[in-house]
Amino acid sequence: MTLVLEQLLNGLQLGVTLFLLAAGLTLIFGIMGIINLAHGALYMVGAYAGALTAKATGSFLLAVPAGLAAAGLTGIIIEYIVIRRLYDRDHLDQVLATYGLILFLNELVTILFGRQPLFVGVPPALSGAVEIIPGVPYSVYRLTIIAVGLMLALGLFLLITRTRLGMLIRAGATHREMVRALGVDIRLLYTLVFGLGALLAGFAGVMAGPLLSVQVGMGEQILIMTFVVVVVGGVGSIRGAFFGALIVGIVDTLLRAFMPMLMRGLVTNTSEADALSAGLSSMGVYVLMALVLLVRPQGLFAARG
Amino acid sequence: MEPGSRSTILAIALALGVLFALPFAAGSLGNPAMTTLATRILIYAIAAASLNLVLGYGGLVSFGHAAFFGIGGYTVGILFHHHRFNEALFGLMLGTDQFLITLPAAILVSGLFAAAIGALALRTAGVQFIMITLAFAQMLFFLFVALKRYGGDDGLIIRRRNGLFDLNMRDDTTFYFVTLVFVVLFFALVWRIVNSRFGLVLGGIRQGERRMAAIGVSTYRYKLAAFVISGMGAGLAGALWANYARFVSPDMMHWTKSGELMVMVILGGAGTLLGPLFGSAALILLETVLAAYTERWQVFLGPILIVIILFFRGGLAGLVDLVKKRL
Amino acid sequence: MSAILDIRAVVKRFGGLIATDHLSLDVKPGELHALIGPNGAGKTTIINQLMGEIIPDSGEIIFGGEPMAGLKPAARVRKGLGRTFQITQLLPDYTALDHVALAVQAHAGHSFHFFGAARADRRLTGPAMALLDGLAPRAGVKAASLSHGERKQLELAIALAGEPRLLLLDEPMAGLGQVETAQMVDLLKGLKGQIAMLLVEHDMDAVFALADRISVLVYGRCIASGSAAAIQANPDVKTAYLGEGDA
Repeated sequence: MTLVLEQLLNGLQLGVTLFLLAAGLTLIFGIMGIINLAHGALYMVGAYAGALTAKATGSFLLAVPAGLAAAGLTGIIIEYIVIRRLYDRDHLDQVLATYGLILFLNELVTILFGRQPLFVGVPPALSGAVEIIPGVPYSVYRLTIIAVGLMLALGLFLLITRTRLGMLIRAGATHREMVRALGVDIRLLYTLVFGLGALLAGFAGVMAGPLLSVQVGMGEQILIMTFVVVVVGGVGSIRGAFFGALIVGIVDTLLRAFMPMLMRGLVTNTSEADALSAGLSSMGVYVLMALVLLVRPQGLFAARG
Repeated sequence: MEPGSRSTILAIALALGVLFALPFAAGSLGNPAMTTLATRILIYAIAAASLNLVLGYGGLVSFGHAAFFGIGGYTVGILFHHHRFNEALFGLMLGTDQFLITLPAAILVSGLFAAAIGALALRTAGVQFIMITLAFAQMLFFLFVALKRYGGDDGLIIRRRNGLFDLNMRDDTTFYFVTLVFVVLFFALVWRIVNSRFGLVLGGIRQGERRMAAIGVSTYRYKLAAFVISGMGAGLAGALWANYARFVSPDMMHWTKSGELMVMVILGGAGTLLGPLFGSAALILLETVLAAYTERWQVFLGPILIVIILFFRGGLAGLVDLVKKRL
Repeated sequence: MSAILDIRAVVKRFGGLIATDHLSLDVKPGELHALIGPNGAGKTTIINQLMGEIIPDSGEIIFGGEPMAGLKPAARVRKGLGRTFQITQLLPDYTALDHVALAVQAHAGHSFHFFGAARADRRLTGPAMALLDGLAPRAGVKAASLSHGERKQLELAIALAGEPRLLLLDEPMAGLGQVETAQMVDLLKGLKGQIAMLLVEHDMDAVFALADRISVLVYGRCIASGSAAAIQANPDVKTAYLGEGDA
């Protein structure tokens, strides 16, 4: 029971991380009509900037703004140089151009910081564990990610439902032409949305640093999972991104945690069982996606219209 | 490029002449590496041409095509593995190292995978389709990483190339010509398909799915058929690659490989018959040149790609057309 | 005479907006029934619901005695529905002949023929050339290079290739010049009696020249229905649509 609770929380933590990426990806697609493969690269940039700052200064408090700044700046630069020219292009051109961006950014990071993964310690203030219920200790750092992630989700929700910018974002997601016709400075709106997406991705990267090894390729790994989230939740829907992310995060984590036990019960050869369960559990979320496609191809929480 | 037009026939004749003479030229220049390089280009040309069928002619942006390339390769690898160790596969049949069995098997198996993935992915369109094809390819990638029995991450070594009649397949020039035969057959097949009734429907779907529905065409089944044929073509390329490299690994289905195939199609000119051949040659030669220069050649490839997409639409074929118009 | 098309109390809402409001109307075999109304009255929405591109919230659509619910657009076309689009939906890289040949091919059955050059197939090009009729000299021109009037004509030829029992015409005269409009009116007159037609059109002269029956749609509701003379005389129509003193 303890283990289940712990794994559920781990799933929640992965879920909020995925949400930070999925929210940006889905907004950028919904409003700007851009499919941005380089979104994962912004996560990587955030993680690297955070990790390097934490290493150099020993302060995680500085790592957060550094990661945000780096991801935001990278976001602004690629929006200005590449993305801006892709608004009126088809998805194919967008995919290829942003694929080119990934190749460039990944190689650039390799040239600058090498192939060796960076490891960042959990900040001392957040290390250790607390008992969430008597007898069940859980990592303070992961709890922090969950709390901050949920707060950001709430903030994003309020931003979108309660503010004028949010109104434009919502209108832009469903009636792009209409917003253009209303004489809103669409360039500015686009830049703001893209910047917001970059910051969220960068933040997710900084926070993931101490949990994973920071390395080239981390961006694409999470990007593809984010795609699964967006497909499961429904393209263009923030609500879909939120629930999709939690579902995918929890399903993935639980499968990874409990599949080996299950397989060891079924297959006698232990190493074979472990290998098989590793494969099956990493396939789990894709099977989930396949099921959603069978039942509701538009996604579970697709925006109407 | 209109199929059947004089310039296409000329281009085909020219390409065939160059491809046929190439190993002899390589021999007399004392540069046998040219032959293996050309073999690589040819194999990728088949993979790119198969992607071109759905992407260029059908307008379906499949970002997971390397999966079928990998499935084709692994079919050859796994059959060889079982043949070598004399193990039964699924408790039924033994493996084999015969080209005439492994190749159709690879085509069949990748076709089945394409049918399953396509049936699901084609329930959506546009950006979802891109994401889903990418995600399913990644799923297969993880599956093969986890299959320790077939080498997992490290891949599977195929000690000898598959046997075909009495040919000496170990000889790179022989293998080059075998590959060339398949290239000619496959491109001829694509040519027939795109000019058939089916091909006309496929091109119609690319240009206006709503129009096609309004004339009574249920587009789903045609898209699925194209997707399956395309997957089979990629499987054929994968099977050839497994023989060429004598090695298969999950890297064959890595998402960057899918990206490369797309780049080849676009570079050569999407929806043109010979485009994938030019695209494959262009990308592999570019890689070879850049790689001789620096190990981190992708740092150049990325920006080159971006510039091509942003400023030179239509790829090499478009460039050729542009030059022709100027002349 | 039983109707070939029977629309029964169809409702369609888009959010707060009601596009079709308990609309009921029918088309008899061989009849040309015109649907008029101001912009935003929901005329194209009705056509899209008949085609199955938009699903009604409630109500029934019966075509040829068969309920259409659950049928996709392509399936409805195979049942004998044909349509032209208000904003022409043509395939830019295909020639006029390609379009009609493709429609002939689709009507003849499935297209799972992977070999054989379709463009050289006389079984397709022969009937297609006949259907192009006045457009035949432009058969080899790509849709992207056709004039607006030619595109409108091509739309009709494509629809006719499916040998429809009911033709849904969404503003076939829109954007046409005087001569082209007259040509289109003649074309449709030639079809009258053979094929039932539901005509959505703004050109009142054309409507009055062609229609056996006219229904007036305002805010998704049918406010009047009758012969050309009856509609012209109807005071409700005058206030709601034609504008007072205008007709």
